[in-house]
Amino acid sequence: MTKTVFFGTLTVAGLAAGLASAATLDDVKARGELNCGVNPGLVGFAAPDASGTWAGFDVSLCRAVAAAVLGDPQKVRFVPTTAETRFTALASGEIDLLARNTTWTFSRDTDLSMDFAGVNYYDGQGFMVRQDLGVTSAKELDGATVCIQTGTTTELNLADYFTANGMTYTPVAIQSNAEGEQQYLAGGCDAYTTDISGLASTRAAFADPENHVILPEVISKEPLGPAVRHGDNQWGDVVRWTLNALIAAEEYGVTAANVEDMAANSPNPEIKRLLGTEGELGAMTGLDNDWAKRVIAATGNYGEIFSATIGEETPIGLARGLNAQWTQGGLLYAQPFR
Amino acid sequence: MANAVDAPKDSFRLSMLIYDTRYRSLTIQVIVLMLFMAGAAWLVDNTVRNLAVLGKDFNFGFLGQRAGYDIAQRLIRYTNADTHARALLVGLLNTLLIAFLGCIAATILGVIVGVLRLSSNWLVARLMTVYVEMFRNVPLLLWILLVFTAFTEASPLPATFRVNAQTGEAESSMLFGLFAVTNRYTAIPDVLVERGLGSLALGPLSINLTFLAIVAVIAGSLLARRALLRHATAVQEATGLRPKTWWKSLLILILPIAVLLWALGVHLSVPAITGFNFTGGVNVSNSFMALWLALSLYTSAFIAEIVRAGILAVSRGQTEAAFALGLRPRRTMSLVILPQALRVIVPPLISQYLNLTKNSSLAIAVGYLDLRGTLGGITLNQTGRELECVLLMMLIYLAISLVISGAMNVYNARIKLKER
Repeated sequence: MTKTVFFGTLTVAGLAAGLASAATLDDVKARGELNCGVNPGLVGFAAPDASGTWAGFDVSLCRAVAAAVLGDPQKVRFVPTTAETRFTALASGEIDLLARNTTWTFSRDTDLSMDFAGVNYYDGQGFMVRQDLGVTSAKELDGATVCIQTGTTTELNLADYFTANGMTYTPVAIQSNAEGEQQYLAGGCDAYTTDISGLASTRAAFADPENHVILPEVISKEPLGPAVRHGDNQWGDVVRWTLNALIAAEEYGVTAANVEDMAANSPNPEIKRLLGTEGELGAMTGLDNDWAKRVIAATGNYGEIFSATIGEETPIGLARGLNAQWTQGGLLYAQPFR
Repeated sequence: MANAVDAPKDSFRLSMLIYDTRYRSLTIQVIVLMLFMAGAAWLVDNTVRNLAVLGKDFNFGFLGQRAGYDIAQRLIRYTNADTHARALLVGLLNTLLIAFLGCIAATILGVIVGVLRLSSNWLVARLMTVYVEMFRNVPLLLWILLVFTAFTEASPLPATFRVNAQTGEAESSMLFGLFAVTNRYTAIPDVLVERGLGSLALGPLSINLTFLAIVAVIAGSLLARRALLRHATAVQEATGLRPKTWWKSLLILILPIAVLLWALGVHLSVPAITGFNFTGGVNVSNSFMALWLALSLYTSAFIAEIVRAGILAVSRGQTEAAFALGLRPRRTMSLVILPQALRVIVPPLISQYLNLTKNSSLAIAVGYLDLRGTLGGITLNQTGRELECVLLMMLIYLAISLVISGAMNVYNARIKLKER
C-alpha cells in the first residue's frame, strides 16, 4: 500500500508537471530557456563536443526553435534521453521538444499522445557488419546475433524482417547507442541494426571505419522528426513552421550569410513573407515577424545544417538522397509561406 | 452487602472521545485512518483525472496485443507473433529461473564460507573474511557489470572455434569437447529425448509428460530412500547396530532413473559451430551467467555472515558436551550445532532470498530480459502504458516475494524450537 501511494505521488507529481505546461510557448518564454530532448550521444545528430557544447543535426533544430522563440540559439537546455525514457520525458513536461531521431508512426502519433511537427530526416533501417565476415546482403544473416536498441521501431522491424524471410536470429538487447557500439566492437553481436544514418554516424566514430560495411538492404521506412505533446497546437505550429522555414530557406537560396541582404533586397514576395519584411506571418503563430530571419541567421538553412553536421564533407558522410529538396528529386517539401 | 449501590452510570458524551482515556486512542486511530484514506483517494482521483486530461485511459487491453519483439532466452515457446501477456510470462519465468538458481548457489556458497570463516585454520578464516568484506561492500551493479565485462572481453569469439580451412585447426577449442565458452554465451550440450511421451494439453497450458515421468521417478526414489533410512533407524534403536545402507540407497537413487532415461532414449546433443553461432546445444547467454554469478556471490557474502552468527549463537558448552560424549567434529556440527543454529539462521535468510529476487531486476544492466526487461522495458515502451506496466510489475514482484516468504515461514515453523 505504502509503495502504491509513493508511486501514485510520483505519477501525480509527473502529471502535474505535464499539466502545468499546457501552453508550452508561454512557458518557454517565461522560463527563458527551451528544454530539448536529444540523443545522449550520436555523433553528427546530437553529441557534446570537446568543450561540452552540444552540436549536431538534431541539436541545430533545437537551436533554431530557441532562436525563433527566445531570440537566442544558445538558450537551450539539452536533456539527453534514451530510447526508453524519451516519450515519458515529453509527456511529463520535462522537455518541450523531442528532437531525437524519433520515427513518426501511427501509434506514436495517436496512442502515445504525441504530435510530430514534420520530418527532418527520411531514414530507413539497415545493418552494419564487419567486412571480414564476408556478408554482402542482409539475407545472409540467418542465425546471426544482432544488437538492437530496445524500445525502438527498429526492434519490431527486425523481428518482422527475419520472420518474413524465414530466418532466425538471436537478439542482444541494448539500452543506448554507446552500449551497442561497445557490444558490436567486442564481437558481442555479428550485426548492429538501427537507422542507416545512425549506423553511418556510429561507424564514423570507430577507430577503423573502413573495416565495417553497411549492408545494402533498407528494411523499413523511418521518417525521423521532432515531436511535441499532443493538444498544444500553438506550440506544435511554432516547431512545424521553424522546420519549414529551414527547408524553405534552402529552396529559395537564403543562407546564414545572405539572410540580411535577402530580407532587405529580395524582390521575391515569398522570401519577403518568410523573412518578415512583408505580411504578419510571425504574429499569427504568437512570435514576432523576424523569427524566421533569426532562425536562419543562427543556424543556416536546412542544407547548411545538413552539410555541416552529417553531410558528405563530414566524417559521417551521408548523401542527401531522399533528403534533397523536392526540386532536386528528394522528399523535402515545405508548405508555402502565405 | 445490602447497601452496595451500582457505580453511577455515565451517559456517553461526545467529549469523552477526546478526554476519556478509554476512547482516546481509538479516536486518534480512526481519525488517522480517515486522513490516510482521504489522501489515498485524492491521489487516485488526481491520477485518473490527469490521465484523462492527457488523453490516456487506464486499461490492460494491450496485454492481448501482438508483442512483435523477440526474446533471446525463453523457457517456453515464444515468437514475436505472440502477445504481450506471453512475453510477460517469458520474462517472469526468466526472473524466477535466476531467483531460483541464485538462491541455491548463494545458500551453498554462503554456508561453506560462513562455516570456513570460523575455521581454526588462520589462513582459511582470513581468506573468507576477505571474501565476505569484498563482496558485500561493493555495489551489486558493479559486480554484475564486472562479471559481464570479464565474460565478453576475455572469452573468444564463436567464430574462433571454426576450423580454419588452411591450417586445419581451430583457434579455440571446446572444454572436454562438450562446452564452449564464448564472448556471447556458453554453449552446453542439450538433452534430447528420442522416445518422448508427448504432452498433455490442458487449455492454454501443456504439460510435458516426459518431464513429469522423470520428476515422478525421482520423487519415488527419494521416498523409497527415506523409508529405507527410517527402517535402519528402527533397527538401530531395537538392536543398537545400524545396518549398512549406503549401497542400498545408491541403488535406489540411481537405478530407476537410469532405467527410465535409457527407456526414453535420452542422449546429449553436443553443440557445434554452424554459420555465425553454435547450434545443436543450449546457448546460455553471458548476461544470464554474469547476473547469476554476481547475484550469487554478492548474496552469499551476506548469507555467510548470517550462518556465522547462527553458529556463534549456539553456546560453546554444546560443542564441549558433544565432544565429551565422544562425537566427532563433523557429527557434532550436523547433529548438535546446525539444528540449533538454523533457528537463528532461517528468519534473516528469508530476507536475503527476497533481496536476491528483487535485485535480479538489475538484469536490465546486462540486457537479460527478465520481468523488468519485458513487461517493464520493451512492452512498456512499445505500448506507452507506463502506469499499467509498472503497477502490474510491482504486483507481480510483491506476489513472488510473498510466496517465497510464505514458503520459508512454513520451513521456519518446522525447525524452530518445539516448546512443550
